[in-house]
Amino acid sequence: MTNTVSLLDVEMRFAASLAIRRMSLEVRSGEFFSILGPSGCGKTTLLRMISGFLQPTSGKILIDGQDMRDVPANRRSTAMIFQSLALFPLMPVWENIAFGLEVRGMSKARRRQEAERLLELIALPGYGERMPHELSGGQRQRVAIARALAIEPKVLLLDEPLSALDLKLRQRMRAELRELQKRTGVTFIYITHDQSEALAMSDRVAVMSAGELQQVGEPLELYTNPATAFVAEFVGENNIMSGTVIDTFGDYAVLEGAHGRFVGRRSATLRPQMKARLYVRPESLSVDRQETENRLVAISKRFDFEGAFATAHAVVPHDSDPLSVQLAIPHQHLGQAPDIGKSFVAGFSRQDAVVLAHE
Amino acid sequence: MNEITQRFGRPLGACFILLVLLWLAGLVLVPNLTMLDFALRPNLPATQLGGPKDGYSFDNFLYLWNHPSHGWIFLKTIWSSALVTVLTFLICYPLAYWLGQVSTPRQTSALLVLLTVPYLMNEVLRGLAWYIILAFDGPLNAALVHLGLLSEPVRWYGDGGVLAGMAYAYLLFMLLPIYNSVSTLDHAQIDAARDLGAGTLRIHRRVVLPHAKVGIATGCVFTFMLAAGSYMAPALLGAPGSRWFTQLIYDWFFESGNWNRGAAYGVTLLVLCLVAVLGMLRLFQVNLTSAVK
Ligand SMILES: Nc1ncnc2c1ncn2[C@@H]1O[C@H](COP(=O)(O)OP(=O)(O)OP(=O)(O)O)[C@@H](O)[C@H]1O
Ligand SMILES: [Mg+2]
Repeated sequence: MTNTVSLLDVEMRFAASLAIRRMSLEVRSGEFFSILGPSGCGKTTLLRMISGFLQPTSGKILIDGQDMRDVPANRRSTAMIFQSLALFPLMPVWENIAFGLEVRGMSKARRRQEAERLLELIALPGYGERMPHELSGGQRQRVAIARALAIEPKVLLLDEPLSALDLKLRQRMRAELRELQKRTGVTFIYITHDQSEALAMSDRVAVMSAGELQQVGEPLELYTNPATAFVAEFVGENNIMSGTVIDTFGDYAVLEGAHGRFVGRRSATLRPQMKARLYVRPESLSVDRQETENRLVAISKRFDFEGAFATAHAVVPHDSDPLSVQLAIPHQHLGQAPDIGKSFVAGFSRQDAVVLAHE
Repeated sequence: MNEITQRFGRPLGACFILLVLLWLAGLVLVPNLTMLDFALRPNLPATQLGGPKDGYSFDNFLYLWNHPSHGWIFLKTIWSSALVTVLTFLICYPLAYWLGQVSTPRQTSALLVLLTVPYLMNEVLRGLAWYIILAFDGPLNAALVHLGLLSEPVRWYGDGGVLAGMAYAYLLFMLLPIYNSVSTLDHAQIDAARDLGAGTLRIHRRVVLPHAKVGIATGCVFTFMLAAGSYMAPALLGAPGSRWFTQLIYDWFFESGNWNRGAAYGVTLLVLCLVAVLGMLRLFQVNLTSAVK
């Protein structure tokens, strides 16, 4: 598989701060690639470097194998969907969509035709004569996408395009975007700070924190095998136990903390005496288990029924450091759920837990 | 009307409306009607006022019509004012764009202060400053000759001098409205246009200019009206032979003592300028209310 976008040791320094530190990244052609990270971690900066609005302080950006240094934004085969959409308010929808074609010197008749074809694609046929302010939020969103697709970019860059929409519409647009990407085969680089969005839509996800790449992988990989404590805590829900590594054997590590001794899978670099955290997903923590290791005695506090499953919130009592834990209980097992206020034993298998270094 | 009484209450609202009406009547309606009245009467010695010869006629307007040389001066005034407007626009648009979209807040305020400071001085002094700069043995000629750009001093007074002096005098009236409207353009739109492949010229033609249209129209109307009605710059900086229409009006009033003919000339200037402005707005496809806002 070829790479559409490659970043080689890219660094971006603003006057006061280092926004991106030495980052290398490969985006394959035709994939839906998400960049996930908290606010201010450098996602927009990264996107603006790929689109050509910012020059990296050092390092190289390649698009289709070509070095992009000295190639200005208007000559790159990328198209960007801005957080604010940035539709041109004084042009009707069809002129918005055909703007990139106008630039390329296409005749007016053909532009109209092309705009109509794209309006079909985004399921807004006949909306060409409307002005942008006469559209709903979701429709504007789709027009912005059509405008970007019109120039047949190799890469479509999307900067949190759904963040302004309400939840229902956001969910629908997610599905539409995903579908559109499959249909057009264009490489999407999609920025979001919403981890569930990234997991649901992407072929691969890059997790960023403070200008650094934490992990790149498929959603399932990130979920089951987080490479760093940051990823384990940012992606999905996790129960966290802190302590010190007292032993490692094979792929496993033993962690001792305030609440006992636990065994879980480890990363290759983990050594005894290191401070670490053990992570176990709420759905991997269960009541009915007869484990000999990895047992916790907890008191049930609260119970949130969420349909397909319920979340039990419990506390492992401790003088100085009581530990909150969550269990996800599938609805057909609700009979075994612990009664509120009662103490119960929860356990997890070493396979389902990860131990990761945490200063 | 209703909105005003609702917002301020009946007595206060009525007060405001009354004040506005008084202002309109006192400063707009009455003087202009008086002017018109003057323009339509013959110029008579005081003893014959109210006598049989004192009646309304278009004689004063016809006088202008029958003196082609005055008509030419009028056309030249309109034409030069249009030129001043275009020149000022060409200077101000890039500046306004830079101020509204590119500069940092500190640069913006620094430049705006620098541009405003000369306006604290009164208009005559500003005109005199140009008078001195453009003088035959003044600093501009001296500098250019010294730099070797000119082999001998040039006579700047005349149309060129008037143009420069006016463009300078009305800079802010053009700059501020354009800056105002350019600064409300979301920069992402410029980025989006560039991202879609547009070059600088197309970005301005398709995105920035349409957005700033109202501001540009406002600036052009201000500048044009001010230039056409200007007296001081042409008097100071013009060549002796080339006169501005306002100078003709002045002469009728104060040299010939013929207020009636002066008034007729004044009314003509006012009306034709208004026609020119409305034509300009039509050209820009902007309506008057949004331009005045
Ligand atoms: N033009 C700039 N000048 C100086 N610092 C900047 C500039 N642009 C961004 N930064 C800094 O770089 C860091 C990354 O900013 P960036 O906009 O890329 O964050 P982000 O991940 O997109 O955040 P968000 O999710 O809130 O949009 C921030 O600390 C920001 O303050
Ligand atoms: Mg951002």
